[in-house]
Amino acid sequence: MKTYRSMVLVSNDPYSIQQGAEEVFRNFEKEIKKLKLEDEVSLSQVTDIGRNDASPLVIVYPEAVIYGPVKPDDAKYIVEEHLYKGRIATKLQASVKELSGHVSWLYSRTGTLPAERRIVLERVGLIDPTSIEEYILHDGYLALGKVLTEMKPDDVISTVIKSGLRGRGGAGFPTGTKWKFVSKAEGNQKYVICNADESEPGTFKDRLILEGDPHNILEAMIIAGYAIGAHEGYIYIRGEYKLAQERVQIAINQAKEMGLLGKNIFNSNHNFSIHIHTGAGAYICGEETALIESIEGKRGEPRSRPPYPTTNGLWNKPTLVNNVETLANIPAIIRQGPDWFRSIGTPSSPGTKVYTVLGNVNMTGVIEVPMGITLREVITIYAKGMKDGAILKMAQTGGSSGSIIPAALQDSPMDFDSYANFGVSLGSGALLICDQNNCVVDLAKVLLNFFRKESCGKCNPCRIGCQRAYQILEKISKGQGTLKDLEDLKMLSNYLYEMSNCGLGQTAGSPLKDILAHFYAEVTTHIKQKVCPAGVCEINNV
Amino acid sequence: MYTEKNNHLTLENIIDEAILLYDEKPEELIPILSFVNKKFGFLPPHALTKISRRLHTPESQVLSVASFYNMLFTKPIGRHIIRFCESAPCHVSGGRQVWSAIKELINLEDGETSSDGKWTLVKVSCLGICASAPVMMIDDDVFGNVTPERLPLIIDQYQ
Repeated sequence: MKTYRSMVLVSNDPYSIQQGAEEVFRNFEKEIKKLKLEDEVSLSQVTDIGRNDASPLVIVYPEAVIYGPVKPDDAKYIVEEHLYKGRIATKLQASVKELSGHVSWLYSRTGTLPAERRIVLERVGLIDPTSIEEYILHDGYLALGKVLTEMKPDDVISTVIKSGLRGRGGAGFPTGTKWKFVSKAEGNQKYVICNADESEPGTFKDRLILEGDPHNILEAMIIAGYAIGAHEGYIYIRGEYKLAQERVQIAINQAKEMGLLGKNIFNSNHNFSIHIHTGAGAYICGEETALIESIEGKRGEPRSRPPYPTTNGLWNKPTLVNNVETLANIPAIIRQGPDWFRSIGTPSSPGTKVYTVLGNVNMTGVIEVPMGITLREVITIYAKGMKDGAILKMAQTGGSSGSIIPAALQDSPMDFDSYANFGVSLGSGALLICDQNNCVVDLAKVLLNFFRKESCGKCNPCRIGCQRAYQILEKISKGQGTLKDLEDLKMLSNYLYEMSNCGLGQTAGSPLKDILAHFYAEVTTHIKQKVCPAGVCEINNV
Repeated sequence: MYTEKNNHLTLENIIDEAILLYDEKPEELIPILSFVNKKFGFLPPHALTKISRRLHTPESQVLSVASFYNMLFTKPIGRHIIRFCESAPCHVSGGRQVWSAIKELINLEDGETSSDGKWTLVKVSCLGICASAPVMMIDDDVFGNVTPERLPLIIDQYQ
């Protein structure tokens, strides 16, 4: 690889492309050639750089100047001013207001904003995701080399156990322990599955990782395969993520060409191959046993557990299922050691967490911060405060299957255990911030509508319970509810939790439980006074 | 997308192509159905019968899979499909207003196809582009930060 004086990155996510990013890229290419700068300036396309208000974005290093939204005609001016004359073209710079927390870390490098801590997203937005050379240049496949030449499978597992890494899919199960279960399971044929069926509303961290740094996931899967004794891996990508599918396929082809996938990787005895399986639109396939059913070509209906996939998974063989974000931590842990990883985050939840910050705040986007920061910090520092000076009323964490938390909890640290103490869950890392103009009944209605539609229909508590709860909420939102309905909601929420077969049904009742626990007064106002305090519900006085 | 011109002959060709591309195995059912759905626009009963025979899988099993996944259609759909996100992040960021506007603009309800066969309107769960909420997709194109005012400009791009 050559070294360059300047590096130009053009955003290339679906939204930017639709806004003309491809043409911007071509014009940059043309203008750079015209001024004969191609040996001094590198030009690449990078995936999602955050909020789309200013798309397409163009970032110029080493100054970390962000231009946006850039029109195709602006390319000439930026190349001439910035790259040729060396002057920052201030009038095309993206305004700070339009940039997300995702971009804010670029500024942190020049020391103006509190730094995020990036492990999982270390390379996302920095390297060209379609170039294996760039990945290798940024420490890529170093961990794999170390594992295959210096470590035994058991050493790898104990490193992961020592690191304290916990699954980032939502449940927070210790990753190393899961690896150990699969490695100890009997049988010669085992599988590694990367769960990239990211459908939790408000979550798109896995898409960013797959679109921005696909080799990281391949590397982690090959390492996992070595550790547990598997030679085949599947990446289950949701059907809607077309770009991620393309990028991962390119990465697999490149890795095969380089001999990083296939037989005798790094001259070791380890063979590994990876297949992509695309979903066809079903939220439930994010549940690991439903995902396995779907790979086998069936309806995505969760199996009864136990037995767990660690012993009876894909084709009834021991199977390791890990979330994309969980796997993305593995190469860094191997490279830098478990102690380094433990130095970040909280003692019981080490490492970082990728959050997607959404809703009524000034900046929406993705951030990666150490475990244990508080919601208040996220809102004030990264999200730049509430939109229009509004007041935080509640936040919904972890997508639909997470919790609705009241503003009172905004100062408790966000990690798996602290949240569990309050009876709420961190989930997948989506943080939907809602101001006082949102109604809890309305929000719960939206969530239950989601569950009622996405329930696979296999078990009765979930299929009927979600539908029934939705009907009751709708009744309340029309001002026709009774206090008895609240009893029913409570009962449904308990039944859903206790009797459903899988995680979807078990968590479907949590919005009901949360609104009754934290917003009882607002709900009863709908019933007794027949008024929606936030003015959202259309109450028909009969 | 589905047009009147598509006939059984092209459908058979598409199915042959799909099976050649993947494999004649029951576990390839979902990729094969997705491929046929994409090329033909939807999955008519005839296609399900043929696929079930080729894969030696009961037809009931093929139908159960085809009717389970949201991206597979067993009924004809319009030339363009609008997928509107109805999940919470879009809902709290102005999605409600956009949804009313879109229904009015093309005069359809959730799940309906216009009589001229141009539009199909469906509400879908999160599309994973929540930082630009509210979001909708028309065919394979993504539109973020949609407002009722921007809507006509977006819709007019499609013929």
